[in-house]
Amino acid sequence: MRLRDLLGLSLEAQTRHRLRTALTLGGIAIGVTAVVVLTSLGTAAKAYVVDQFAGLGTNLVIVLPGKIETTGIPTFGGSTRDLTIEDAESLLKRAPAVRKVAPLSMGTASFVWGGRTRDVRVLGTTAEFKEIRDLHLRLGQFLPAGDPRNGAPVAVIGSAVHREVFAGANPVGQPVRIGQSRFRVIGALEPQGANLGINLDEMVLVPVATGLRLFDQTGLFRIFTQANSPEDVPVVIRQVTRVLKDRHDGLEDFTLITQEAMLKTFQSVIDVLTVALAGIAAISLAVAGIGIMNVMLVSVSERAPEVGLLKALGARRRQILSVFLSDAVMISSAGAVIGVIFGVALVGVGAAIFPDFPLRPDLAWIAVVLVLALAAGVLFGLMPARRAAALAPVDALRGKR
Amino acid sequence: MTEAAGVRNGAIIALEDVSRTYRMGESDVRALDRVSLTIARGEFVAIMGPSGSGKSTLLNVLGCLDSPSAGRYLLDGEAVEHLSEDQLAEVRQRRISFIFQTFHLVARMTALRNVELPMIFAGTPPAERRARAERALEQVGLAPRKTHRPDQLSGGERQRVAIARAIVMEPTILLADEPTGNLDSASGGEIVSLLKALNARGLSIVLVTHDPGIAAEAQRVVRMRDGRIIADERAAGARA
Repeated sequence: MRLRDLLGLSLEAQTRHRLRTALTLGGIAIGVTAVVVLTSLGTAAKAYVVDQFAGLGTNLVIVLPGKIETTGIPTFGGSTRDLTIEDAESLLKRAPAVRKVAPLSMGTASFVWGGRTRDVRVLGTTAEFKEIRDLHLRLGQFLPAGDPRNGAPVAVIGSAVHREVFAGANPVGQPVRIGQSRFRVIGALEPQGANLGINLDEMVLVPVATGLRLFDQTGLFRIFTQANSPEDVPVVIRQVTRVLKDRHDGLEDFTLITQEAMLKTFQSVIDVLTVALAGIAAISLAVAGIGIMNVMLVSVSERAPEVGLLKALGARRRQILSVFLSDAVMISSAGAVIGVIFGVALVGVGAAIFPDFPLRPDLAWIAVVLVLALAAGVLFGLMPARRAAALAPVDALRGKR
Repeated sequence: MTEAAGVRNGAIIALEDVSRTYRMGESDVRALDRVSLTIARGEFVAIMGPSGSGKSTLLNVLGCLDSPSAGRYLLDGEAVEHLSEDQLAEVRQRRISFIFQTFHLVARMTALRNVELPMIFAGTPPAERRARAERALEQVGLAPRKTHRPDQLSGGERQRVAIARAIVMEPTILLADEPTGNLDSASGGEIVSLLKALNARGLSIVLVTHDPGIAAEAQRVVRMRDGRIIADERAAGARA
């Protein structure tokens, strides 16, 4: 029997029951659409997180005060020493793999200019922070280089602060009050976007010594260190650990985190999420497959006399099997194609609505779902097809099942 | 008659002590009870008998749609019980055709496509298929209605489409199961004339009927009761 004839027979059979065919097709299509959309979401979420980490800067090793134990809770025992500006400076001197170091302090205060007040987070740091985070200035200049212990009363403002407090006016040179102290604005940043909950747009940057003094702090919030290359990151970790332990009487009362480590944690979470989404989608696909089986079984019962006739006309068992199997495969592959088209369209609409979210169809998953849908068609079509082929011709002609 | 005699006489069909039993619940029902029957090439045989006499079972066994529980069936000298399922399908495809009381046309297909159907499964190329189907429809006088679907045709016309489908593979035997049972007498008469014309050109025909008038058209009438042949008469003047 020719393939074209086989497909022709299937097509004829299906156009006769348009509604039933359409519903089955729809079931498969919805399942496939679900797979395409959900996996795209998973992939996009992953890309989004990677993006966020990339925005943080490259090859960073971040030092936190206190040791984070396996419980995940930092211990603040009596033995924990503050991280100091001197710690940061010594890293630059004694850890040769470290390219740049930026000490960070953090606090919240009110920011007042003219009659306007806004609560801001005040980030104390040094000139190196600009390069580490790849910050760009819109106006004025960044924090001055020099001895980090000299805290001048100057501030660089984030773009949101600039927009909301100064409402478009040039802030450079303007006197402002942060907390109880007077400052002068020396620069304004370009919008940076949020990275992992740290939104530089809503912050005010001051020299680190000024920041510590402003909030009466003795210890740093973080020390950012940057390695020359990804390969150097483990070297930096070793050297930073050695230097800081040495300075802290041999105690490792600090924690190092790398971007990769954070990224890996996030990625594994998202991978699990993606697989879970795919699982949900697979269930809907399986339900659609059972729908196919259902329809095929009804169709076999209905077409029993036809099967008997085909046998009387000399059709082989294998030919009858292929006629019914091609029905199932045709419905499932058509459903799969429609589902992919719908899924890709939905993802496109989603991407248009949320331009910041890197939503795009995942080709690998589309390939997987096409294969799966086809397999479902064969799998769920096989049983009814076998049943049809096994019908005794005499019984089948009389319409028995 | 022995099987050797059957083959020697050029019998196209030779049944020897053929029985067919069905299991119905707890008991066995014997639909055919040691039936022996020889049919020569080119014969037109009518099988008569009341309902349940086993005539349809006999026809199904002859058509290789059903297999005997016991006994031998030689088709053209070949023992059918040794054939595989695919070989039996081949027999139904090339050598034996059926027509039925309820026509068994595929409702969604045109007359032409219905006639093409056996050739589709035989793998005949589309162009040849079409030409042969048209010729077969011409033979039964339905060429002008080839694009009609069964529901657009009268009962007599439907049976003629079924006959066209039955002869398109050029079989040697045509088995007809009450072909006029659903037709008025005029259409029934036309169908019988058509069958006689086909028989005159060499097609062997075995026809099951209730209607003595139809049976009278055959050269030979076999009467059945309770799964046995109770009479086997040749019409006066018919070929031996």
